[in-house]
Amino acid sequence: MHSFDVLVIGGGHAGVEAACAAARMGARTALVSFDLDAIGAMSCNPAIGGLGKGHLVREVDALDGVIGLAADAGAIHYRMLNRSKGSAVWGPRVQADRVRFKAAVQAMVRAQANLTLVQGEAAALVLKGGAVAGLELAEGTMLEAGRVVLCTGTFLGGVLFRGEERFVGGRIGENAAQRLARQLREAALPMARLKTGTPPRLDGRTIDWAVLEEQPSDDESWTMSPLTPRRRNPQIFCAITRTTQAGHDAIRANLHRSPLFSGAIAAAGPRYCPSIEDKIHRFGDRDGHQVFLEPEGLDTHLVYPNGISTSLPVDVQETVVRTMPGCARAVIVQPGYAVEYDHIDPRALTPDLQVRAIPGLYCAGQINGTTGYEEAAAQGLVAGLEAAAAALGKEAPQLDRANSYIAVMIDDLTLQGVSEPYRMLTARAEYRLRLRANNAATRLTGLGIAAGCVGEERRRWWERREEVRQMFHVKHSQKVHARELAERGLPVRRDHGEKPLSEWLRHDGVTLDALAPWLAEITALDPLLAEEMAEDAAYAPYLARQDAELRDLRASEALPLPAGFPYAEVPGLSNEMVERLTKAAPRTLAAAGRVPGVTPAALAALLVHARRRQAG
Amino acid sequence: MRPPPTIFALSSGAPPAGIGVVRVSGPRAGEALASLVGRLPEPRRAVLAKLRDASGALLDEALVLWFPGPHSATGEDLAELHCHGGRAVIAAVEAALALLPNTRRAEPGEFTRRAFANGRIDLAEAEALGDLLAAETELQRAAALANASGALSRQVEAWRERVLLLSAEVEGVLDFSDEEDAADLPECFTWNIGALAEELGEWLARPRSERLGEGFRVVLAGPPNAGKSTLFNALVESEAAITSPIAGTTRDVIERSVAIDGVPFTFVDTAGLRATAEADAIEAIGIARAATELARADVVLWLGPEGEGPEAAWEVAAQSDREGFIPKPAARFTLSATTGQGVAALKRALVETAREALPKPGEAALNARQHARLSEAVAALARAKALSDPLLVAEELRHARLAFDRLVGRATTEDMLDTLFGRFCIGK
Repeated sequence: MHSFDVLVIGGGHAGVEAACAAARMGARTALVSFDLDAIGAMSCNPAIGGLGKGHLVREVDALDGVIGLAADAGAIHYRMLNRSKGSAVWGPRVQADRVRFKAAVQAMVRAQANLTLVQGEAAALVLKGGAVAGLELAEGTMLEAGRVVLCTGTFLGGVLFRGEERFVGGRIGENAAQRLARQLREAALPMARLKTGTPPRLDGRTIDWAVLEEQPSDDESWTMSPLTPRRRNPQIFCAITRTTQAGHDAIRANLHRSPLFSGAIAAAGPRYCPSIEDKIHRFGDRDGHQVFLEPEGLDTHLVYPNGISTSLPVDVQETVVRTMPGCARAVIVQPGYAVEYDHIDPRALTPDLQVRAIPGLYCAGQINGTTGYEEAAAQGLVAGLEAAAAALGKEAPQLDRANSYIAVMIDDLTLQGVSEPYRMLTARAEYRLRLRANNAATRLTGLGIAAGCVGEERRRWWERREEVRQMFHVKHSQKVHARELAERGLPVRRDHGEKPLSEWLRHDGVTLDALAPWLAEITALDPLLAEEMAEDAAYAPYLARQDAELRDLRASEALPLPAGFPYAEVPGLSNEMVERLTKAAPRTLAAAGRVPGVTPAALAALLVHARRRQAG
Repeated sequence: MRPPPTIFALSSGAPPAGIGVVRVSGPRAGEALASLVGRLPEPRRAVLAKLRDASGALLDEALVLWFPGPHSATGEDLAELHCHGGRAVIAAVEAALALLPNTRRAEPGEFTRRAFANGRIDLAEAEALGDLLAAETELQRAAALANASGALSRQVEAWRERVLLLSAEVEGVLDFSDEEDAADLPECFTWNIGALAEELGEWLARPRSERLGEGFRVVLAGPPNAGKSTLFNALVESEAAITSPIAGTTRDVIERSVAIDGVPFTFVDTAGLRATAEADAIEAIGIARAATELARADVVLWLGPEGEGPEAAWEVAAQSDREGFIPKPAARFTLSATTGQGVAALKRALVETAREALPKPGEAALNARQHARLSEAVAALARAKALSDPLLVAEELRHARLAFDRLVGRATTEDMLDTLFGRFCIGK
């Protein structure tokens, strides 16, 4: 019998982060995977980051996670999305070479102390008194552990669709996994069905790149992780093409052959990432839809046409592709398809991602109804940290909606559930002015160091950075007279008096560059930190107002709703509200206010009843 | 948790009246109804029934209604007995109810408090119901009723929806800028924000609900012996006195609150004050107070020599019955408080003016707290309109939504706690 503190099942993005995070916390951890060589594989789009998602990558990285460093190791194209908007919504995104990304993940996993890799099939949970006690592998080995993190993606009831074809899939489609699936079903966990899809992959040698608009990697020097000092790989360019009327006609003529429209797939797909047939059906008036042609790596000819995810039959896919400019002779190497799968209603989880009905079992990633590598990685990190903390009697870093997108996502999932695959968006974060991708380290690394999940290298980097940050604070408080600014041609009135530099940074037209005469020296110490500090100064009035809002929020959070709060006994709550509140089991009155459909009148009722119970 | 006591009260006007409605709310309401009627009638259906006490003696024949919770006005089991409105009948029914275990007469406002506590009404409605209970005049009651029926809450919800739509447009630009559809804000975006801010501004400009409690303030001013006290008495004497929240009568200033035609008034007589230069120190204080009163007045009735009163005062030529009466050519009213000539016309004019200045009957009015929250929303919208960075526009729109949420008690508990413990003493 092998004994561990934490077992992680699955070697995808969630599993890797969960295993490494638990091990960094000091827990004796094992990662169980069907195929150890598949650890770190990117199953879909070879891109990491983007709007909202880039924030998650930076946050996982700030807590010393894997995905940011691996993304840099594989990056062959860097692009800061939304560069023209305010920095809080900038979205760092890279395209990664699959092979290099996976190699980097494998190297980090193998180098991680406290982490054992176990090749094998998870057959069933070992339960004692209803709580997790370990895991049984298919060949009979028993692994003992009080904490098991399930990061198995879409293994529950996955079905692949392509035109009229069906494949029962999921990587763990064997008998062994059926037992694990049955255990979950027997625990009467609430399940629902979602769908997702991929586009066909093209052979890049058959694309006429010369006629297409190029999209080069941006020519800046930023990286996903601050521990990656510079960009490593040769940078390639992508190209932009678009679907055409001829392609749309082919889709319309064959809509009945798409499982999405024939009724074969009933589950909800992501509204923000619709299939091409969905786009044509819903926005029929458009003469074309943009498609980004993204090379998958330096050593492969595969190209990912971002924007034409589809489950149409192969012949229709070919017509759609070949009617796009530059693709007249393009060859489909692997056709696109749609996947329908079961997921757990994440409202069955507590905020540490533990299954309420099975103590000791944690779930992270696509199994919780999310989509995307970044969302999976962030959940894996949290589940790993929490499982390790619980096993070791420690405290995981305290994440909340005001300090991280990670917490926004977990709060959304566990309180609201999902009706489509959950993807991070900056609009989900109400305090996004303070949650910028470029200040993740400032927000989180200190918390990570205190919790014990940050390694030596990053700790030293962060402490040095904190010293420089203090120097910035001192410099920013230096007072400068308006006259001096005006004399250097800045758009301020001479009679505006003397103000600290931090306040001048709030004025329109007074940028970091413009203040170079005062700030150039310190900016040179850390240009990225200089930008972050200048943004903090510019946003300061908004942040101060949010501080007041947060104080109110904390007061509502101080009113706990105990586990098993009898919502049905609160008179006046509609049956639907009772059901939603019971499913989401919010822990505080503030959280109850975020459960959808809970009205102000209902909150008043909850407040009164919770206080009555508190009073005895 | 002990079950709350079942409460009952006469919820219509004081007897004797044509009909007296006794309400019973709480876990034993059904039991109470069954014990009086002999059975539990079908829910939400008016039934004619004989009411009997425990000994079987007939109390009354009444229309009874049975509302099982939570779909009742209080959120609890609720019974209504529409009895004959005689004093003896009501007393007998109440006495029979009081004999039931854990059942007692309701405290003032207790039905409202339970409705709020049971999630039947939101914060704005609860506040209005509090006002409703305190209402003494018809105008106060009508305005409170408009708020209590959710008019303000529904309006706030509609505004919130509109801001949400605006937010969605900005968020589209921020999160989906790579999609061709959502590259820029539509041209009408700023205009829409402005239109909404203007609409909210109109609400802010409306008379506030506190004005109803304070009453329309009429100050009588003029030199000694100009007839102020006589007119004051003539104005208030025959009218129904109401309670004024303002500190009472002082040595220098006499004030009285009355309802005229259902409109609440506070009349202030600055009697005893000599608005003259040779006043002594004590009188100087009095004069200062008179000046304060004049500043607070909605209308000043000036009984002194024409043109010497405060600006915008109504010129009144009083004591028209006296010998040696000096007419005022520009007098708005010429009257004699002694004979009553002209007083009715003055009252009519005051009522008409007051109706304009006070919240309209049936129209929702804001109290100070609601006004402050709505002002926050307007300020946020104004800033959003002036900003060009969509990120900051989004933040201001979020702030406006937050203000709405606070107004109805959705956002944080702070407002709710204030109301709960300030108004309804819940949780003791």
